[in-house]
Order: sequence, then C-alpha cells, then structure tokens
Amino acid sequence: MNRNMVDLWVGFFVALGLAAVVFLSLKVANQSSFRSAPSYDVHAYFTNIGGLKIHSPVKSAGVVIGRVTDIQLDTNNYQAKVSMALDNRYRFSVDSSASIITSGLLGEQYIGIEVGADDTLLADGDNIEFTSSALLLEKLIGAFGLNQVSGDKEPVDE
Amino acid sequence: MKSIADYLTLLGHQVTERLVLLGAVFHFLFSIFFMSGTCLRRPWLVVREIYFVGVFSLLIITVAGLFVGLVLGLQMYDTLERFGSGDGVGMVVALALVRELGPVLSALLFSSRAGSAITAEIGLMKATEQLTALEMMAIQPLARVIAPRFWAGVISLPLLNVIFCAVGIFGGYLVTVKLLGVDAGTFWSQMQNAVDFRQDILNGIIKSVIFALAVSLIAVFEGYSSVPTAEGVSRATTRTVVLSALVVLALDFVLTAFMFRGF
Amino acid sequence: MNDKSTFVELDQVSFGYGSRTILRNISLRIPRGKLVAIMGGSGCGKTTILRLIGGQIKPTSGRVMVDNQSVAALNTHQLFLLRRKMGMLFQMGALFTDQTVFENVAFQMREHTDLPEALIRNLVLMKLQAVGLRGAHHLMPSELSGGMARRVALARSIALDPELILYDEPFAGLDPISLGVIGQLVRRFNDALGATSIIVTHDITESLNIVDYLYMIAEGVVIAEGTPADIYQSTHPYLKQFVNGHADGPVPFHYPAPDYAHDLLGDGL
Repeated sequence: MNRNMVDLWVGFFVALGLAAVVFLSLKVANQSSFRSAPSYDVHAYFTNIGGLKIHSPVKSAGVVIGRVTDIQLDTNNYQAKVSMALDNRYRFSVDSSASIITSGLLGEQYIGIEVGADDTLLADGDNIEFTSSALLLEKLIGAFGLNQVSGDKEPVDE
Repeated sequence: MKSIADYLTLLGHQVTERLVLLGAVFHFLFSIFFMSGTCLRRPWLVVREIYFVGVFSLLIITVAGLFVGLVLGLQMYDTLERFGSGDGVGMVVALALVRELGPVLSALLFSSRAGSAITAEIGLMKATEQLTALEMMAIQPLARVIAPRFWAGVISLPLLNVIFCAVGIFGGYLVTVKLLGVDAGTFWSQMQNAVDFRQDILNGIIKSVIFALAVSLIAVFEGYSSVPTAEGVSRATTRTVVLSALVVLALDFVLTAFMFRGF
Repeated sequence: MNDKSTFVELDQVSFGYGSRTILRNISLRIPRGKLVAIMGGSGCGKTTILRLIGGQIKPTSGRVMVDNQSVAALNTHQLFLLRRKMGMLFQMGALFTDQTVFENVAFQMREHTDLPEALIRNLVLMKLQAVGLRGAHHLMPSELSGGMARRVALARSIALDPELILYDEPFAGLDPISLGVIGQLVRRFNDALGATSIIVTHDITESLNIVDYLYMIAEGVVIAEGTPADIYQSTHPYLKQFVNGHADGPVPFHYPAPDYAHDLLGDGL
C-alpha cells in the first residue's frame, strides 16, 4: 500500500468535508446569525402573541433588526412579556410601537417596530409601551363573519 | 408448567444480562480512550484507517446524497405547490437535510458500508489469532488495532455528513431550479432566511458526531467481542448494522427533542 | 527456586473453566537452552500450558515461573516486558493479513525498537533468508501456501531474537516435506539463538527426531516424560498407543455414553 496515495486521498477527503462546511455556512445558512453583532435588549407586553416563537425575527420597515430571545407570561397582569435583542446599529425612540404581524395569510409571525417621534432613544432593558397583539384569524371570523360577539369573549385588539 | 417465579427469574436474568453488556460496552469505550495515546503519537495509524472507512464511503455517500436531494426537491415542490408556496422548496430541502436526513442517513449508510467492514475485519483478526499474536508480541490490540479504527470512524462520519448535506442541497437545486423552474434567487434566499447556522447546521453536525461515536463504538465492540468462528463473525457483522440503525434512530429522537424543541 | 538452569517451571499448576478441569496439579521443568516437547492427544490441555506460560490466562492454583518471575503475579507492564523476551508461533500462523511478508516480519522491530529503516530491512531479509523465503518478501499472506505461511510466521516469531520460543502445533496440517523443513528450522533456531523452545504438538514421530526432552500429558496430568530414547523404550500402555496410533487402548475410542444396547432398544434419550 502506497503511503503517499493514502495521504493524498485522505487529504482530498478532509478538504472536501471542509469545503462542504464552508458551503453550508456561507451559501445555505443566513449570515447574520453567526456574527453575533453587539445588541441591546428591550421588552414589550402583549395581550396575545399568537404563534410568535423564540428566534422569531424583529423587523422595521421590513428589515430584520433583531431576534426574539425570550417569551414569558407575566403573572402580574397576565400578559406575555416578550424580550428581544436588537442590533446596536439601530436605535428607536421610546415612543416606538411594536406589533405582531403575520407575513402572508398563514406565514410566520414576527414583531414589527414602527418608529415614534420622541427624541429620547430606547436603551438596554427598556420597555416598549405601545404594542398591538397578534391578529387571530378565528377571532376575526367570529367578529365579522358570524356576527355573534358574546360578552365573555374579549374583543379583537385594535 | 412454568410457574410465575420461573418467568420472573427469566426476566431478571435477561435484564441483568443487558446491564452487564451495557457495562462492558462502556468499560470498552473508556479503555479505548485510555489507550488512545498511540494514535496521537502515530497519527499515520488513524490516517490509514480514515482511508479505509472514510474515503471508501465517499462514493456511496455522494451518490445517495444526490438522489435524496433530487427526490426531496421533487416531492416537497409538489406538496408545497398545492398551498402556493413552491418557492419555499429550498428552505424545506435544506432544513430536512441539515437537521435530520443528513446525519441519520449518512450514519446508516456509514454503518453498513464501513461499520460492518470494521466488525468483520476485527472479528477475522480475532478468529485467526492475530489479536492474540499482538498481545504475545507485547502490543495492546486495543491501542494498535481498535483505537485507530474507532477514531477514524469518529472523524470520518461528520465529514461524510456535511458532504452528504451539501450534495443533497445541490441535488435539490438541480431538480427544482433547473428542472421545475423555481427561481434560483428565491431558492437560495428562502433557504438562507430559514436556516440558522447555530440552530440548524451546528446542531446537525453535533448529532453526526454523536452518531459517529455510537456507530464506531458498536462496530469495534462487536468485532472485538465476536465469537471467533465464521458463524460468529457473520453474526457480529449483522448485529453491527442492525444495532447501529436502531441506536442511531433512537438517539436521533432524543437529540431532536433536546435540540429543536428545547426540553 | 532461583535456579539458573531452569527457564520455565510449572509448579503444581491446576487450571479449569468453571467446573471443567483441564490441568490437575501439573509440574514441568524446562531447562534453559533446551528444546522440549509437550505432547498429548487433542484436548488434553497442551495449548492451555502455552497460554499459561505466555500469561494469557492465570492458573486456578499453583505457580507458573518464567525466567524466575511468577507470570500470574505480574502487572500488564511487567508482563509485556517479559513477553518481549518471548516469541510465539501460532497454530494458524496468525500473520497480519493486511501486510506483506516483509512488513509482518518487520512489525515488532518497528513497534518495539527505533532501529533505522536500512537496518530493519537488513534484519528482515536475514530472517527471511533463514527460512528460505527472502524472495517472497513482497507477497501478501493470502498468496502463500500453508507451509510458506508457517515459515513466515516462524521468521516473525524470532524477529527480535527471543530467549523463549513457544510453538503451538507447528507441524499441524503440513505435507511431509514442509513438516521436515519446519522441524529442522525449529531445531536450528533453538541452537543458533541459544533460546529455550517449547513445542506443543501431537506429532510424535517428528518430535522424537528433534527434541531434547518430552512430556506426555493426558487428562490434565503428566503421564510420562523423558528423552526421546526413554520414550522409545517405554512400555507405558498409553505411550505405546500414542506412538503406534492404535484407535483403542487406554485412550478410549468412544466418548463416555450409556450402554449401547440400552440406548438403541430403550425408550429414547
């Protein structure tokens, strides 16, 4: 058995494997996720988050500016407390509003942020005061289609 | 007539036997770790085995990966198109391959291509007294024969996995973009939007490393503990393939539960 | 027991697997530099003796001494040091099937020494020349005949000039010519290397030609011992059966069984 031949083939094999890893990380995966850009955390309370999940994107004007990092039920007010990490490059005024939006009729849900007019900017750990919750299809149908909004159901938010 | 006590004894015996076997497997694993110094001092021993288990598996892995990618592309496009989301096919193909099909299928193919060969080789070395001969030459078979094959498997399978995934995604690209006319830009951008490096690709590779440890351990253990006869070696070889498949699939469920559901 | 002239000694050794006893209080003494045969029928425990000497198994009672060390009391490291003084020829040769004849013989030199490649090459060719197979150094073990494979294995077992050479059935399955060749080589290596050799075999004719001393074992005990001349003159019934190859005698033809007529006429087993 020729040792050089074996070395050559094993070298080729390992190079091929490394090339595959490079392909997977550059061409297949999204770039943003593995350079962990410096970020700051903000929180927002929603009465209903619908299908929002950890790692869901946070967008402003359609551009991804951060990710949802944590979702918890706050038992003080029984609202969902959503934490998100926003890219340090993007700063928003304290009166910005966050809403849960569905891309397409059945698509994934994300948090959309609309910028406000205040001069003070959101800092790490701040709360976004103005929020609008997820639009639930069932409730929409209940409200408009069948015209029988019963008292115990809470109305669709905004 | 067997009494209930007899059945209980039988059950107890079976359980004890399994536990003893499990203990033997882990003791064996630690012995391999302990005896791996030789592999570090003489990497050529491992390189040579990588040639036999890794390079020789390249062909089957690339061909299988390509076909899996092609079929996934066809089937997923067909299904997604019913909901008008045929554009998302790239994402589905990539996620399925990177998270599940890549690690699992490459492990299954590897166990039948290379694992069985390792078992048969070690079993035959045992049957022809080559392992005893090594011991009588004052050389540890565990260090000289078993550990290099084990580490070669552990190194090769993750590499084969990423090659499998890359080729499979390329296959999906071929069939959906070139054949079915999905826009190339949409194909890649949908994929990039959904696939996360840490969450999906890194977890897939971690899965593959764990499968590699399991499959390689089963292969060398079955060979080393095989009954040194023609029948014994053939049984051991079969057991390697069957046991590897079961262990890989069971481990896959557990790992998936931990990684992607966040238990 | 610190006897300079004794290299291997078994002192009241017993061995068994579970309830099956293979050796019963057996005692052997093998002097340094001698070629000694341990003989007996199939399954009498001869190979077990070799494995006890090589430290592959431990006696259930008694002591196995090699070079004034109790084999069973050694730890792995010490045992491996002792084994470097030993060479062993296996029944089936046990050549490494993935390596050439040359690499097989060079194996221990590469593993245990830091000799330069040129020197290893010369040593290997010398060993192969001694067994007459220098021209076959590039062949794979699968390309060798049974007799040639045995000779390569022989060259490999003396690769590091051992002080003790153990032969497990060196004559089994060989044609008369190869058998004679191996016999001559065994004798020559013993004398040329100044080694002590132990042959385990059931081939009495060939052994009587070459050995210095014989032990005859049956059912786990030594039943006769002596020089070849002693054995020829012995009137021991077992020895006579063994030397002449009678089917029945002290060693019964039949495995112990219930009465034949009873078995055939009775109502089943």
